[in-house]
Amino acid sequence: MRRTFWLAIAIVLVVAYPWVFSTPFQQRLGALVLLYAIAASAWNIIGGYAGQVSVGHVVFFGCGAYAAMGAYTHFALSPLVGLPAGLVASVAIAAVIGVPTLRLSGHYFSMATIAVAELARLIVTNTDYLGAAVGLSGPTVPRNVFDLSFISALPYYYLFFAVLAVTLAITWWMTNSRMGFYLRAIRDSERAARSLGAPASRTKLYAYMLSAGLTSVAGALYAMMFGFVDPDSGLGLLISVKILIMAALGGAGLLFGPLVGAAILVPLEEISNSLLGGKGAGLTFVVYGAIIVLIARFQPGGILALINRLWAKRKTKQESKQGAADAS
Amino acid sequence: MSIVLVQVIVGGLLLGAVYALFSSGLTLVWGMMNVVNFAHGDFVMLGMYVAYVVYTLLGGGPLLGAPLATLVLATLGIVVYFGLIRDVMKGPMLAQILGTFGLALLLRYSVFWWFGANFLSLPGDLVGGTFDVFGIRIEASRLLAGIVALLVTFGLHLLLTRTTLGSRMLAVAEDSTAAQLMGIRPDSMQAIAWAIAAGATGLAGALIATFFYVVPTVGETLGIVAFVTVSLGGFGSVPGALIAGLLIGVIESLSGYLIGAVYKDMVVYALFLGFLWFRPQGLMGKT
Repeated sequence: MRRTFWLAIAIVLVVAYPWVFSTPFQQRLGALVLLYAIAASAWNIIGGYAGQVSVGHVVFFGCGAYAAMGAYTHFALSPLVGLPAGLVASVAIAAVIGVPTLRLSGHYFSMATIAVAELARLIVTNTDYLGAAVGLSGPTVPRNVFDLSFISALPYYYLFFAVLAVTLAITWWMTNSRMGFYLRAIRDSERAARSLGAPASRTKLYAYMLSAGLTSVAGALYAMMFGFVDPDSGLGLLISVKILIMAALGGAGLLFGPLVGAAILVPLEEISNSLLGGKGAGLTFVVYGAIIVLIARFQPGGILALINRLWAKRKTKQESKQGAADAS
Repeated sequence: MSIVLVQVIVGGLLLGAVYALFSSGLTLVWGMMNVVNFAHGDFVMLGMYVAYVVYTLLGGGPLLGAPLATLVLATLGIVVYFGLIRDVMKGPMLAQILGTFGLALLLRYSVFWWFGANFLSLPGDLVGGTFDVFGIRIEASRLLAGIVALLVTFGLHLLLTRTTLGSRMLAVAEDSTAAQLMGIRPDSMQAIAWAIAAGATGLAGALIATFFYVVPTVGETLGIVAFVTVSLGGFGSVPGALIAGLLIGVIESLSGYLIGAVYKDMVVYALFLGFLWFRPQGLMGKT
C-alpha cells in the first residue's frame, strides 16, 4: 500500500518534470537521464541480479544504434525499423558470446566482455559498410513522424519514459518469477545453486540475452536522438563503464537502483561539461572515477541500499519505541 | 627467412619483454590475493608520463626517469593497497571491479586533464640512435628497454622463489591465516606485493616511453595486453608471464607486419578470447 503510494508520487514527479524544468537544456537532461536509466536497468539484470559483471555491454548498445542508423543509411527506412533488427541481432550475439564467456567466473567474465567489446569496436572501425571511423548518420530532415527525429527533447523524454517503464516492469516480473530466484541464488553462490538443482548456465544465458536485447533498445533510441553513431559514441568502452557505474552507484540488484544512479551521474556530467566547456571533459571523468572509488570503498551496495538500510533502522527504532510504550 | 622478418621478430621480442615486465606485476597481485587490478594498464601509462615529466622538466633521460618512475609507482601501489584494495578485497566482487575501474578512470583522466589528449613523445635519440647487428637494424632505446625488462622480470622470479621475502609472500598467497600463525603479517606482504607490482609497471612505462606514443588512453590497450599475457601465462606465474609476454610481442609485430598495423590489436584480442574459451587456466597454469 505504502509502496504504491510512493511509486505514484514518483511517477507524477517524472511526468511533471519537463513542465517544471522547461528549458531545452533541462528537458534534454531529463531525457538523457531516462535513456541511461534504460541502459543501466538492462545491465542490472545480468550485472546486478545475476552478479555477472559485464564490462562489454556497449556491444549491444552499439548493435542497436548501428541497426537504427543502418536502416536509414542503407535502406532509406525509418531508424525505427532498425530497432527490432538490432534487438534480434543483439540477442543472437549475446547467445554466441554468452555460451563460452558465462562459463568463466568472476573477473574472467568481466575481462572477456572487455575483449569482446574492444574487438567489436576495432572491427566496426575498419568496416566501410558500417561507416568505418566516421560512423553512420540518421535523416538530417525528418520525413515524417516515424523518423523519430525531433528538435525538442520533449517527445524523446516521454518515449524514453515509456521504454524505461516497460524495462522496469520486465525486470520486476523477472525478479518475482522462478528465474529471479535462480539468479539471486546463483549470485550468492553458484555452486550451492547448482547443487540444489538450479539450472545455472541456462538461467545466466537467458538473463544475458534479455539484458542484451534491452540494452540494444537503449542504443537505438540514443542514435535516434543524436542522429548519428560512430565507433566512439556507439562502441567506446567508456559507455560500458558509464552504464555499469550508474547501476552500481544507485544500487546493483535493486529495481530502481540504476534510475537513481543515472539521476545523479548524468546531470553531474552534463552540468560540469556545460560549465567547464571542452576543458571539463577530462575533469568530469576524474570526478566520476573518484566517486566510484569512494562507493567501492565505503558503500559497495550503492546509494539505494544505504537509504533502504537507514529506513529499516528508523523503522525498527520506531517499532521498539512503540513496543516500549505498549509494555509500560 | 628474410632479414625483414627477423627484424620484425626481434622487435616483437624486445617489446614483449616489456609486456612481460608489467604483466608479471598483474600476475603477482592476482595470484597472491585474487584481486584483478583493472587500472594496471593505467599504472604503466602513469610511468610513461613520469618519464616524460622527468625528461621535459629535469632534462634527464631513462637513467633518471626509470628509477624515479619505479619509485613513484611503487609508492602509489602502497597507497592504493592501504586506501582501497585492503577493504574491497573482503567485499563483493562488484566492489573490486568497481574500485579498480574507478581508479583507472581517475588516473587516466587526471592525466588527460593535466596534459591534454595529444600524443606526446620523447625524442627517439634519447638513448643513442640505431645500430646494425648482422644487417638487422635495432633501435638502442628498444634494445635497452627489452634487456632491462628481461633482467628485471627474471630478477622478480628469483626474488619470489629464492629469497625469504619471496617465500613469505608465497606463504600468504597459499593460505594467509596459516601464514599469520607462522608469524608472517599478510598485510605487510600484500602491501609489498602491490609495491612490487606497481613498481614494475612504472619501470616498464619509463622504458617504453622512449619509443612508444605517450597518450592518456594508452593504458586501456596496455591493460588488455597485460590481461592477455596473464591469462596466457597462467595466473600467478612470473615465468608464465615472461614466456607469454614474449610470445604476444612476436605475434603482435608479426601480424602487424603480415596483415597490417590496424589488425595487430584485433589478433591479440581474438587470441585472448580463444584462450579463455579453450584453456582458461593458461599455457602453463594448473587447473
